Amino acid sequence: MPRATTDPAATTDPATTTDSAGAPAAPLPPTPSQTIGPFYGYALPFRGGEQIAPAGRPGTITLHGLVRDGDGAPVPDALLEFWQAGPDGSLTGAPGSLRRDPVTGAVIGRHGLDFTGFGRVPTDADGRYVLHTLPATAPAGHPDAAPYLAVCVFARGLLHHLFTRVYFPEHAEAHAADPLLSRLPDHRARTLLAHPDGPDRYRFDVQLQQTADGTHEETVFLAFR
Amino acid sequence: MTLTPFTPATPTFLPGAPLRGPRPLVAPAPPLPTQADISREIAARSAAADRDRVGGLPAPAHPARDYTPYRSSTPRHPRQPPVEIDHLADPEAVELTGPAFGVTDVTDLDADLTRQHPGEPLGERITVTGRILDRTGRPVRGQLVEIWQANASGRYAHQRDQHPAPLDPNFTGAGRCLTDDQGRYTFTTIRPGAYPWRNHDNAWRPAHIHFSLFGTAFTQRLITQMYFPGDPLFPYDPILQSVTDPAARARLVATYDHELSCPGRTLGYRWDIVLDGPSATWTEEGH
Ligand SMILES: [Fe+2]
Repeated sequence: MPRATTDPAATTDPATTTDSAGAPAAPLPPTPSQTIGPFYGYALPFRGGEQIAPAGRPGTITLHGLVRDGDGAPVPDALLEFWQAGPDGSLTGAPGSLRRDPVTGAVIGRHGLDFTGFGRVPTDADGRYVLHTLPATAPAGHPDAAPYLAVCVFARGLLHHLFTRVYFPEHAEAHAADPLLSRLPDHRARTLLAHPDGPDRYRFDVQLQQTADGTHEETVFLAFR
Repeated sequence: MTLTPFTPATPTFLPGAPLRGPRPLVAPAPPLPTQADISREIAARSAAADRDRVGGLPAPAHPARDYTPYRSSTPRHPRQPPVEIDHLADPEAVELTGPAFGVTDVTDLDADLTRQHPGEPLGERITVTGRILDRTGRPVRGQLVEIWQANASGRYAHQRDQHPAPLDPNFTGAGRCLTDDQGRYTFTTIRPGAYPWRNHDNAWRPAHIHFSLFGTAFTQRLITQMYFPGDPLFPYDPILQSVTDPAARARLVATYDHELSCPGRTLGYRWDIVLDGPSATWTEEGH
């Protein structure tokens, strides 16, 4: 990559080497991840974090499941975040997931008019989570794309978060053409599928590590570049 | 940690025969590793990383998820490599965009952790500020930054923190703010204390502030920890040392900046953050 300057005194650290437009000549080195640890519980979870869809809105689905480790034990201190396209396929989201009471400072939560697309749920003492949201939609302009929820998993013991996705069984046809699912073997792709287990209810477990006896297949996790 | 069921090597009783004495249901917890054990493992992983670097492999920017000196990682890391998603090949990926936050999501008081209670918290007041950029150097504007930390004595306001250090009724240790147009965040808080934990015998975490950050894309999501310069606990801590590249590790340490100190009130620290991961704006610009 060409250097922006020929000054011999100039640093070669990419963080301070810039081109004429002020952009770095090489990507800046990223700040490393560190574990969320065990004590985020009074800081990150917020009231209504599990309610991306306003309570009682028709068409709301419930997604629930268990986060398990490689010993098959539930993970009671994981934090799951969800991000999805709006019902109109919009990917801009909307502020207001943690809307505050300006008088007391308390989180009063979403007002239910805008779809923020963002959810945050800690697992409970049983390692379970529950999310209420609208069905996943394909991004605007790509009606044939397989809809999914994007998921980010944090936990004590996890030094770097994990990304995964929740796909839904209603879209089997679109799954065949999905750029991710179509290149996974069946037994791996299955880990990204939610299972219907009641009216408007789906189960999606997160298996952080394959168990030694093979009873629980490790969830497919993703890296973006 | 999971306790394995106790299985006697030879049967201690026969069916129908009375049990002789109580039968232990679980094996006693194995003794904790010593700091010397953990330090040896840290040194081995560090030496392996040095060899890789000398051998021409790019230094990993993030910790390996299977970093055994941090014992809790053992059952909680995937064994399969992640499936790569290239933002150029899959520009419609939902993760190339991300959630938005705004002025309704924070209050002014959130950024000053010393003013959230009627009285003044104990400890050394500090200002922590810096810029949040993506890897192209673009500031992350109007995004949510969240922090949480122990009090000056090294105790979290969390029911499960068993460290017998005093709670501070005037300090909770949670804060939020939005970045400004330059990607800048600023918090006023208390310098947290070091605290013990049970990874190994005599394990102590160096003082740190937990940070949670959003970029312009969900791919840029980051949770990390900021450390204070010159802390003597650095070499002993498997969580910091899980970042095996010394240059990358240095990026987790704030700089004392006298210009940021508020006369008579706080000591100033600067900590800039670069978020990893592609975003939809990169695709538009052909990065
Ligand atoms: Fe901590």
